[in-house]
Amino acid sequence: MTEFPRWKSITVLLALIFGVIFAVPNLFAEDPAVQVARRSYEPINNVQQQAIEAIVRDAGIAHADSFISDGRLTLRFADVADQLKARDAISAKAAEQYVVALTRATRMPKFMRQLGLKPMSLGLDLRGGLYLLYQVDVDGAVAQLLERLEQEFRKTLRDERIPYVDITRTGQQVRVELRNAADVERARENLFKANPDLTITSGADAATLLMELRPEQVKERQDYAIQQNITTLRNRVNELGVSEPIVQRQGLDRIAVQLPGVQNSAEVKDILGKTATLEFRLVDTANDPEEAVRLGRAPLGAKLYRDRNGGPVLLKRDVIATGDQLTDATHGVTQQEGPAVFVKLDGRGAAEMLKTTQANLGRPMAVVFIEKVRRTVERDGKKVEVDVTEEQVISVATIQGVFSSSFQITGLRLNEASNTALLLRAGSLAAPIYPIEERAIGPSLGQDNVDKGIGALFVGSLLLFVAMAIYYKGMGLIADAILLFNVVLLAALLTLLQASLTLPGIAGIVLTVAMAVDANILIYERIREELRNGNSPLASISAGFDKAFSAIADSNVTAFIAGVVLFVFGTGPIKGFAVTLCLGIVTTLFTAILGSRALMHFIYGRRRRVERLSI
Amino acid sequence: MEFFKKPTQIRFMATRKWWYTLSAVMIALSLVALWRPGLNYGIDFTGGIAVEVAYPSAADLDRARAALTQAGFTDAQVQNFGTSRDVIVRLEPRTDVSGTVIGNRVLEVLKTVEPNVELRRIDVVGPQVGGELREKGFLAMLFTFIFILAYIWFRFEFKLGLGAILAAMHTPIVIIGYFAATQLTFDLTVLAAVLAVVGYQINDTVVVFDRARERFPLMRGATPGDVLDAAVNQTLSRTVITSGATMIVVAALLFLAGEALRGFSIAILIGIVVGTYSSIYIASASALDLGLSAEDLMSVRHEKGPVDDLP
Repeated sequence: MTEFPRWKSITVLLALIFGVIFAVPNLFAEDPAVQVARRSYEPINNVQQQAIEAIVRDAGIAHADSFISDGRLTLRFADVADQLKARDAISAKAAEQYVVALTRATRMPKFMRQLGLKPMSLGLDLRGGLYLLYQVDVDGAVAQLLERLEQEFRKTLRDERIPYVDITRTGQQVRVELRNAADVERARENLFKANPDLTITSGADAATLLMELRPEQVKERQDYAIQQNITTLRNRVNELGVSEPIVQRQGLDRIAVQLPGVQNSAEVKDILGKTATLEFRLVDTANDPEEAVRLGRAPLGAKLYRDRNGGPVLLKRDVIATGDQLTDATHGVTQQEGPAVFVKLDGRGAAEMLKTTQANLGRPMAVVFIEKVRRTVERDGKKVEVDVTEEQVISVATIQGVFSSSFQITGLRLNEASNTALLLRAGSLAAPIYPIEERAIGPSLGQDNVDKGIGALFVGSLLLFVAMAIYYKGMGLIADAILLFNVVLLAALLTLLQASLTLPGIAGIVLTVAMAVDANILIYERIREELRNGNSPLASISAGFDKAFSAIADSNVTAFIAGVVLFVFGTGPIKGFAVTLCLGIVTTLFTAILGSRALMHFIYGRRRRVERLSI
Repeated sequence: MEFFKKPTQIRFMATRKWWYTLSAVMIALSLVALWRPGLNYGIDFTGGIAVEVAYPSAADLDRARAALTQAGFTDAQVQNFGTSRDVIVRLEPRTDVSGTVIGNRVLEVLKTVEPNVELRRIDVVGPQVGGELREKGFLAMLFTFIFILAYIWFRFEFKLGLGAILAAMHTPIVIIGYFAATQLTFDLTVLAAVLAVVGYQINDTVVVFDRARERFPLMRGATPGDVLDAAVNQTLSRTVITSGATMIVVAALLFLAGEALRGFSIAILIGIVVGTYSSIYIASASALDLGLSAEDLMSVRHEKGPVDDLP
């Protein structure tokens, strides 16, 4: 009889049950499926579920399963043909209401799903898809803020009837040059009233005021820009209809986007990275645009633009409303003017629009389309990247009546209308973004990686199991059982954490199996040593475990340290590898020290005498 | 079955000059390979564009190269990737056009030669990302060594820790040297393998040190050299069996997991061989030459029963 506390056996048994329950969902195969989400981002309810099921049924397609998770409806089908037909049917019937994405869903039975069980999520290298790493131009965000402040200053000074010579931006400063030095105090008070958190100081001469952003304000603006960009990218991704997208901040000024299953990477990237917005301005009818072109500068209070045909247009400097103030945008086709974007403005925009249209009935108003692009130009024989803001007047129309919140914009080409509506709906980017890393993995490569990775894991483990059984006989079989327990536990933990499994992650599992055997070997070699020293079998088992313990613990800690460092410094798939490595060490320690001893106790420990061990 | 029926009595410490020489030669060769031809960095580290495609039958690389050159991709490197049907096209990083657009253009050009070519993967890494990954990789290696040294110092003794680190430095140098000499692509997964192997190989060393820690109080009057010899001999069976078992599994990874994990598996295989060698021959020996004395080993706490600093 050996002594082994009952609570330890129970712990091992509970871990085994836990492992099996959470690992089992991974054994089911996957079928093609569609995922339906509402455009309004509200969760789908049962009534809508039935409506969508009816659409699919009416199209003559049978679905194998239908369920709602995370507010999205998933319909599973027997084959890809049904999947595609179902997507088309739903899109045709209810495209305004729903976004449909192609995905894959597990064949796991319903009762397991109701228990909240899920299979492991697969990384992009295993399921195919698009990975994008964006650099956020945070300086651009600060420049935008300064531009807005500059415009506000103009408006404030004009409203207060304080004459000024010029308002200019340099670096992180806005410089206000007044006509009369006597107005300085009044101007400072009024500017301060409108923006109480700004620091306004006196400039070089008596009539100048300087506004400078404090470092924390710059930082705040940059953080805001990244948060806003993440929200916008999420919205755009949702609009595109991608199942299980991931958009997250990475480091100080980067955003990583993972789009499983996306194939047409060029088009998706185009939509995601666009910094397009609209501005509404009055046309300056008092001055001649040709004259401004000839002089090379616009008259005071106006700005020179080009229209789609390259012709000059003079617009007033004051913006009536911008894309930020839009609450909704849809596209459609009008009978007279072709493709159009129907927009709705928020309260502030609507009030301004109402005021402007009332005062300017019969005068022309222009819509400016603004897009930031990064261009490479040759400068001194070197290629440098410059950011260009392209501004184009897409339409000029006479204000026919008074309107405020809802109106339509024409002058766009058809696909431009739909893309612009999407972009306006999803919100504009608070700062330009540029892709610095892109990885597109085809679906066939993903499947190959899964097959090969799992194949290697299977064959490698099998060879190891056979080798252990040959070398350590009965004890080897115990080790095999423990290794299997280890893999099950590791799979369960990975599933529970929903850490996405990558190809290096599979390699991590294979390596865990390889390294886990070490703990068992340490114990068995010790037991053999004890037996050689003439100890009884049961005493040898006991001593083997005790003496191997410190070596197992210390050696695994060093491997764990390497894993943690990898996790901290690694990105993407390498992080996945590090996670499996670290979790694998934890499960190895547990199974080899506790699990293996519990099993030995179960086999040998309850007998009164053990004559010899099979080792 | 049992390979080591009787405990071995090999005098590892006495013959250590020979093993030092062997190690010095391996390290020198690795450094030469690192100097010329140098590491063949993957696009993870250099930045650039890689397009992987699959052909329905064996690909005609010359025709693909000719078509790409004609289309203006003069810097395109066209190589087989694993099998004769899989081809990878590498391009220098460029900033004027988006990478995926280039990738698609490369695919179009390849399709003019063979219409049934299938796109498997496009990787585009900006030059700044590449530089950062290199830097991070170096830092990761450095921190791994520092933390492991600190841990062994804490658990054993400083000179043993230094010996373990010296032995462990071996492994990455030889792996990287091998990759330079064979011009196998050195990418992120290979770097991950190198770091994992450092953690793993210190396993072997720690097991030997653990035995020395345990044996010392029981071997009255023995020199540190004798104690270390005994420790290496008594753990030899375990060291060899563990390495063999690990190699079986990693070999499965090498032969079955496909091209994506080839570099990774090779790095780990070399790591196991070199790691096993250096923890048998180098780690203990260098601790001895660093001046490990009986007092040092005496001061090593001999732990009995459970320790409480498990991860």
